[in-house]
Amino acid sequence: MSTDTTQPTTGHPASPAYRGLAGVPLSLEPLNRKDFTSDQEVRWCPGCGDYAILAAFQGLMPEFGITRENTVIISGIGCSSRFPYYVDSYGMHSIHGRAPAIATGVATTRPDLGVWVVTGDGDALSIGGNHLIHAMRRNVNMTIMLFNNRIYGLTKGQYSPTSEIGKVTKSTPLGSLDQPFNPVSLALGAEASFVARTIDSDRKHLTEVMKAAANHRGTSLIEIYQNCPIFNDGAFEELKGPSAADALIPLVHGEKLVFGRDGQQCIVRGPSGSLTVAATAEVDEDQILVHDAHRADPAFAFELSRLTDSGVMHQSPIGVFRDVERPAYDDLAREQVELAQQGTDDPEDALQTLLDGKDVWVVA
Amino acid sequence: MTKVQTLDRVVIRFAGDSGDGMQLTGDRFTAEAATFGNDISTLPNFPAEIRAPQGTLPGVSSFQLHFANYDIVTPGDRPDVLVAMNPAALKANIGDLAHGGLVIVDTADFTKRNLTKVGYDENPLENDSLQNYQVVTLDLTGMTIGAVEQFGLGRKDSSRAKNMFALGLLSWLYSREDGGTERFLAEKFAKKPAIRDANIAAYKAGYAFGETTEVFAHRYEVSPATMPPGRYRQISGNAATAYGLITGAQKAGLKLFLGTYPITPASDVLHELSKRKNFGVYTFQAEDEIAAVGAALGASFAGALGVTSTSGPGMALKAETIGLALMTELPLVVVDVQRAGPSTGMPTKTEQADLLQVIHGRNGESPVPVVAAASPADCFDTAVEAVRIAVKYRTPVIMLSDGYLGNGAEPWRIPTIASIPPIDPGFATGTNAVDGSGKQVFQPYKRDPETLARPWAVPGTVGLEHRIGGIEKAVDTGNVSYDPANHELMVRTRQAKVDGIVRDIPDLVVDDPSGEAKVLVVGWGSTYGPITAAARRVRATDRRIAQIHLRHLNPMPANLGDILKRYDTVIVPEMNLGQLTMLLRAKFLVDAQCFSRVRGLPISPSELAGELTEAIDGLATEK
Repeated sequence: MSTDTTQPTTGHPASPAYRGLAGVPLSLEPLNRKDFTSDQEVRWCPGCGDYAILAAFQGLMPEFGITRENTVIISGIGCSSRFPYYVDSYGMHSIHGRAPAIATGVATTRPDLGVWVVTGDGDALSIGGNHLIHAMRRNVNMTIMLFNNRIYGLTKGQYSPTSEIGKVTKSTPLGSLDQPFNPVSLALGAEASFVARTIDSDRKHLTEVMKAAANHRGTSLIEIYQNCPIFNDGAFEELKGPSAADALIPLVHGEKLVFGRDGQQCIVRGPSGSLTVAATAEVDEDQILVHDAHRADPAFAFELSRLTDSGVMHQSPIGVFRDVERPAYDDLAREQVELAQQGTDDPEDALQTLLDGKDVWVVA
Repeated sequence: MTKVQTLDRVVIRFAGDSGDGMQLTGDRFTAEAATFGNDISTLPNFPAEIRAPQGTLPGVSSFQLHFANYDIVTPGDRPDVLVAMNPAALKANIGDLAHGGLVIVDTADFTKRNLTKVGYDENPLENDSLQNYQVVTLDLTGMTIGAVEQFGLGRKDSSRAKNMFALGLLSWLYSREDGGTERFLAEKFAKKPAIRDANIAAYKAGYAFGETTEVFAHRYEVSPATMPPGRYRQISGNAATAYGLITGAQKAGLKLFLGTYPITPASDVLHELSKRKNFGVYTFQAEDEIAAVGAALGASFAGALGVTSTSGPGMALKAETIGLALMTELPLVVVDVQRAGPSTGMPTKTEQADLLQVIHGRNGESPVPVVAAASPADCFDTAVEAVRIAVKYRTPVIMLSDGYLGNGAEPWRIPTIASIPPIDPGFATGTNAVDGSGKQVFQPYKRDPETLARPWAVPGTVGLEHRIGGIEKAVDTGNVSYDPANHELMVRTRQAKVDGIVRDIPDLVVDDPSGEAKVLVVGWGSTYGPITAAARRVRATDRRIAQIHLRHLNPMPANLGDILKRYDTVIVPEMNLGQLTMLLRAKFLVDAQCFSRVRGLPISPSELAGELTEAIDGLATEK
């Protein structure tokens, strides 16, 4: 396989169509799913939601058109963080919680790399909470895929920062006491410019959200509801199968917030001013709110995020909550360096001048 | 006219309130002395609080400068001259002044209230408590206000120029007539003309006061030092570290990425590098110490030179990521500007108690090369060496500096960039093995047979896609492995790689002019100055002493064991409770004795000289 960063000879566009990947070289030959499959045997438990996410990712990568060698996946620690081993690109399985920080160093120094972070609810929201919020605040150009199974899997079943209150686990035999995070609300509070949610069981939706994330320049956070069949099986059961239509609130930019099997439910602003679910038949058409992911003010996206159950999951919006333009940290950082380098003819001379300083004296 | 007396060396300490501008005054006097050609060594000493309560003992800030007509190695034991701007400064510093020393006191703040605040029952300027010193009392504040009246500043702003009045007076006293300070002030306050003019006027007035007053019996001269030929400048340790990192990165043809978090006394490395983006330097002020080193490691993975800088508490936080760097075998430079610990300790005071932390402070068998700088200027060479080892051996390298080196300054013989050898990053460009089926493949952990370093294959290199991480690696392929024999082999290989660096570092050269010394003094890091000064004093009394100083602490130079065994007594001065001493005893089975001081200050050369003298004389009487 060879690459050419300027003139592709295949049907691929000169630059990736996805804005988050601008500057990443395109493959000359079309790639397929197998090109992104490593020789390592996948070792998640049978039935784990991670398989579906991996398959969706590997299936989607060829569509982006970027080369395998310019694809970098950084993960932390946890079941989901084994992900990089299974994709035949560059990758690092790092340490617990730190993947966004490590990826920041990769993304800042290399505009020609497409950077993905794979993390879980414990990795991203407990031990790595600080790095997650600061990556989003800075808006470093990368996509963070947060696999949320609401449990610690790799350490065999302790409650996580997204587990519902009262969760009985090995570490909480009398039930957990602490309020869980809503990852979408957290991201919005952390100034994230792109925040979305999807679910492992809906390959099409998963793929669409991953595409939207890649099309965003800056940090894209995708919360992915992911079932752990061993330690938290069925955590998202209500959102799947026949009941899904009544439980999932699809967010489509520019479209009315209507859901339910026959669109019988909708989102309106209630008498108290907060968003509520109403029966479509009982409200005026113009009362039904229209989704706008591009609002500069994150308040509306935040309100939508609060329609998520924090206890046992019966209802949740999915889709892109927020997608706004904001300069990416790494683009700005490179700009500063490039600007500072203008007019530097000979770096060695410049360095000698720096070492010399202003007050030199000579001893003969 | 006042008589001029010639001196070989002088130690001056400027002391005042932390808002009095003592650090600036000291810096300027240092610059004047350096430009004049004296050898210099400095010791800034200031409270951690930005503005500690005014006029109190904890609020005293001081700057000590040693300048001489020969090469000196420490900021001096005891000042010959103390400039005290208030009662607190006098009280906090008078005990250090050499008997017969000169005290110049600004009397303006010697009110009953201020005296009581620092525990003086009566005014020390009016009783005989200072009879062992030459005391010159002047209303520096009053004279300064008078001198700058024309600029229409309020009383407060006017009095703030008193440090420049004092500097002018001292410049006269030590026969400095360089226009450097005036140029400096003109530049520093270019946007505030009234302040600029007031400071210059105060400086000139102080100088003129010296010329016209008759309170000083003598004026002094310290002639330029005889130093090796070359071009010199003054440099602080933190600046030298930053320049060394830039130089190392340029020599390796790599982008420099500094991921760091502000921490005293290391922040100046960040400040300096953040001004140098024109050298392809990226500075990333992270959310915490862990993110700082993580981002640096990410940059290294992506093919840049990842660097992180910190002090002791930050080192503790970075330990896990340094472990990942050694497991993934990527270059990384970690600069630890040590300060007094444990915990927060005394952030603005110096110490060298992180040695065992950096050598051993990680989980598992985790060998990391460690180098230490001996003086402010030596920070440059040490940083270049850290980069060289990191890049050549694909390993994190820890560089130890400390607060005394980082903030202290000395003349630096400026190196020629062209004379510094290049560093070859030797990026992997193609496959390096054949698999079972005869296919050309890339093995990320296949090692260079000589250095045992693994290939550095950066993202973007076609055909070398691979995954690394913190889980144990299989030999060659780098795949995840839990095989017992493989683990043991990898543990031993990582150790052998670091141990093997010994072949790539110079042997120690013993400094023993007599060639017959029985006592050896062994140092590392910033104790170089005090140890060298102490050894000189001992030799000046016709005693014999041998000295070695370690830059490489892991691995240690190949001939160290042989040297240690040649001496009857081995003394190791350290600003800790004996950390190098412990390593030497464990590694070489020698009865090394620690001379330990942990006061947050450099070791006193005279105290150490006394100890060394006793050791030498003790050996003589035993026989």
